[in-house]
Amino acid sequence: MKTSLSLLSAVLFGITAQAADFELLNVSYDPTRELYAEFNKAFAKHYKATAGKKVSIDQSHGGSGKQARAVIDGLDADVVTLALAGDIDVISQQAGLIAKDWQKRLPNSSAPYTSTIVFVVRKENPKNIQDWDDLVKPGVNVITPNPKTSGGARWNYLAAWAYALKKHGSEAKAKEFITALYKNVPVLDTGARASTTTFAQRGIGDVFLSWENEAWLIQREFPGQTKIIIPSLSILAEPTVAVVDKNAEKKGTTEVAKAYLEYLYTPEAQDIIGKNYYRPRDAAAAAKYSARFPKLNLVTIDGDFGGWGKAQKKHFDDGGIFDQIYQPK
Amino acid sequence: MARTRHVLPGFRLSLGFTITYLSLIVLIPLSMLVWKASTGGWDGVLNTITHARVIASLKLSFTTAFTAALVNGFFGLLTAWALERYSFPGRRVIDAMVDLPFALPTAVAGIALVTLYAPNGWIGAWLAQYDIKAAYAPLGITIALVFVGFPFVVRTLQPVIADLSMELEEAAACLGANRWQTLTRVVFPALLPATLAGMTLAFGRAVGEYGSVVFISGNLPFKTEIAPLLITMRLEEYDYSGAATIGVIMLIASFLILFTADLLAQWNRKRTGH
Repeated sequence: MKTSLSLLSAVLFGITAQAADFELLNVSYDPTRELYAEFNKAFAKHYKATAGKKVSIDQSHGGSGKQARAVIDGLDADVVTLALAGDIDVISQQAGLIAKDWQKRLPNSSAPYTSTIVFVVRKENPKNIQDWDDLVKPGVNVITPNPKTSGGARWNYLAAWAYALKKHGSEAKAKEFITALYKNVPVLDTGARASTTTFAQRGIGDVFLSWENEAWLIQREFPGQTKIIIPSLSILAEPTVAVVDKNAEKKGTTEVAKAYLEYLYTPEAQDIIGKNYYRPRDAAAAAKYSARFPKLNLVTIDGDFGGWGKAQKKHFDDGGIFDQIYQPK
Repeated sequence: MARTRHVLPGFRLSLGFTITYLSLIVLIPLSMLVWKASTGGWDGVLNTITHARVIASLKLSFTTAFTAALVNGFFGLLTAWALERYSFPGRRVIDAMVDLPFALPTAVAGIALVTLYAPNGWIGAWLAQYDIKAAYAPLGITIALVFVGFPFVVRTLQPVIADLSMELEEAAACLGANRWQTLTRVVFPALLPATLAGMTLAFGRAVGEYGSVVFISGNLPFKTEIAPLLITMRLEEYDYSGAATIGVIMLIASFLILFTADLLAQWNRKRTGH
């Protein structure tokens, strides 16, 4: 029975099976389309040259939390490359598809590249926005997506929180600051790309809190209309990657999936990463693209917020500080 | 026991098929929803129902959907009347265009509408002169819901208007009714049930609409946050029971409203004999 079934499937799917020895599905978050399109080509070439096997890679993109939920609900991902470690933790804890110690399996806590949050302002910067304090001034309109639905928006929120906490020294003051900031937000889009459209195409808002790579993309798409402002303090965003163990075992792709993620750390891949406006880990690539990545003071999610689990619970879960901001007095 | 004989065979087969099919497509998914909601326990359900933000979003969703249904009822009646009763050049093209809101992915509709109604859009800029905010306000949500619900009223009314014989109007005129009386006493009562039916369909569609609304609403809690968005947020927090609870509330409320509309229509039918 089993052999006849596999024979049947071999006849039916014979063509695709011959085209590639392995098929990988990389489930990723929203703004990495351009990065992985280029990286996948490079990896396929590399794998053919070193292991002599053909590999084809499919991509899936969407909001980071939504993608994590899709994998939990059964999307057959071999690897996940998501916006924050918290989303991979959830896959590991809720569905048990990934080993608990996944973050220790690759260098740099499984984050092969980093990014940060910067400000994008209109060309002449008419409201003279230079730092976080300028965002809470009356009459300034701030564009940022909804932290309840967008991973990028959570980084924005936490960066603002960290700044206020450092400056004023108390959580009560930080809450006041963040309340004033979100008072100045006229539109809470559900995702980072939608916010980009609101700011760049609809012309709404004076300043847009954005992923650094997305900010550069706006510069490229709308040349001469915007300017990037680097705030005095921001947050180190570490998008993490992991092999989805159970799925890869089932599909027999564990080896190639591992090789895929390890390849992210090689000099060639790090160069592609820098080219696509993510901050590379590799010193040589970092030096090559240093002009676009100014040094800035960064807080970290583990050091300053006690990890994603804690930050999520305190700030973004139902009834958390973000919900309290909008509580009518 | 005497069996009622039907003229056509196959009653049992078709009834069996109907029940099986309805269970698979509607009842089983809906009972899963209720089951998911109950996993949070009574406390969870009560917490969700009494949450001020949930109540605010439900209020917004139902009032905007209701307003949109009223607007669609009025303009849908006019459109259907014009398309069925008059012949003019381009009638067929316009008739086909009525269906476009069905065919368009709702996200595309939302983006198109917000481009028009944003403060720097064609209509939005004009409205801004009079201090009217369309996009990122409840008005914008209503506009999006009018857009997605429009075909329902027109398509429900068209065959009814086509069936409404001109002789009735002529008879009314012969009996001495003026044009206004003919319209309010003869034509309108005959069209009322179909108009109501179309409006309830448009309403039902609008209450759950997500794709087009999130782009134009601005999504500010307590101001322009619709209930389906709140459901999405609960899912994002892995709070499946909370999400399902809001879904069940919407379902029950919608069912009650649709049921009442149906009762009203029946009562009206009995009263007027149409």
